[in-house]
Amino acid sequence: MATHREMEIEPAPGMVEKKGGSLWFTHVLMIFGILVVFFPIWLAFVASTVTQPDIVRPPMPLMPGGHFIENYTRALFSGVNVPVATMLLNSLIMAVGIAVGKIIISLLSAFAIVYFKFPGQKTFFWMIFLTLMLPIEVRIVPTYEVVAGCRWLWHA
Amino acid sequence: MEKRVRFKGWLLPLCLVLPQLIISGVFFFYPAGQAIWQSLFIPDPFGLSSRFVGLGNFEFLFSDKYYLTSFLTTAIFSTLVTVVAMVPALFLAVMANRLIRGATTYRTLLIWPYAVAPAIAGVLWLFMFNTRVGIISWYLGQLGYDWNHVLNGGEAMGLVVVASAWGRISYNFLFFFAALQAVPRSVIEAAAIDGARFWRRFYTIVLPLLSPTTFFLLVVNIVYSFFETFGVIHTITSGGPQQTTTILVYKVFSDGFVGQDLGSSAAQSVVLLFVVGALTVVQFKFIEKKVHY
Repeated sequence: MATHREMEIEPAPGMVEKKGGSLWFTHVLMIFGILVVFFPIWLAFVASTVTQPDIVRPPMPLMPGGHFIENYTRALFSGVNVPVATMLLNSLIMAVGIAVGKIIISLLSAFAIVYFKFPGQKTFFWMIFLTLMLPIEVRIVPTYEVVAGCRWLWHA
Repeated sequence: MEKRVRFKGWLLPLCLVLPQLIISGVFFFYPAGQAIWQSLFIPDPFGLSSRFVGLGNFEFLFSDKYYLTSFLTTAIFSTLVTVVAMVPALFLAVMANRLIRGATTYRTLLIWPYAVAPAIAGVLWLFMFNTRVGIISWYLGQLGYDWNHVLNGGEAMGLVVVASAWGRISYNFLFFFAALQAVPRSVIEAAAIDGARFWRRFYTIVLPLLSPTTFFLLVVNIVYSFFETFGVIHTITSGGPQQTTTILVYKVFSDGFVGQDLGSSAAQSVVLLFVVGALTVVQFKFIEKKVHY
């Protein structure tokens, strides 16, 4: 609680938004927070620029090494089993396919439910909404069986 | 709602919702129904036949000490993840909100971890805490602390919690930051003139005004910690040691796929279904009433 005397002093101009130098402590806290949050990503980057022996002999360096181009070329074009470039392409195809498919299908059904009046409208809405409630992990085994039943898995 | 344009006819809208319904049916309602149906059977070890046991799977589950422990584990895990993901995020957002210079840089750097998928976050943190080559566990060793999350359940839980919450800090930070920007200046200035200092203003004005955002994030983070942390747990501990990090969702997977006990796994899915339903009701009925809109 502020005493009577302090109350007279405190609400001076610039009280709500301090400017310039008086914010140094906030900056320090912020930078500290960012260092902690960003550290794992930095470490991953450093690890990607050094050699295998550097990593497995603790402590690993905290500053990037000189193998950036070499490591990235190897990962992108030869990889361990599959080149990363191929995987990136696969991910892109999959992500774009899923995004486009999802948007088209949900756009159509949302349009139908909002702009039309037809029997079963409410039921359909709740049926679609309900799918949000039960994540894939919960019904993973039966869903796996459905896909396995399509025999897609056997044709790989 | 009422004054909106409405088109007539029922064949066209039906055709339009049909794709969505077919997909929901094949990948949601059929598997969910199948899960409920399977939970009443025990398949033989070779998956050739199954025997109807009624509620036997459930009776077995609720007398299974590991399953009951898994409930407790899940409760501890999701509480910790939510707290660890939300408190630093709020703190950082308040800090960022005070700063005008450099705020954009800070924000950009803070958003990065959100781009990391849970499974990769798991690998990253495992990399830092690996008992042999991990840099942090090595420095801890230099300080005289023997980090071993492979053997120590508490350490395993801590690592899984931090790895799960890490990416969410960015997400929560963005929402808190946006909400803080929306707090009216005039209210804060009025409080400042009344002599309220920073923390006082924070507790009495900013925090109540943030409560809708906090509530939303609470729901989202709890759901996240329940269902989307699978990748983290799988990469770091695989539910071990001694099932200390086996949350309910992970147990569905490990009993169904690894243990091949499909009946029990299905029964667990059904239990989870009720847990999700109950959580949703509780969150919206009880917590929302205390939220100041």
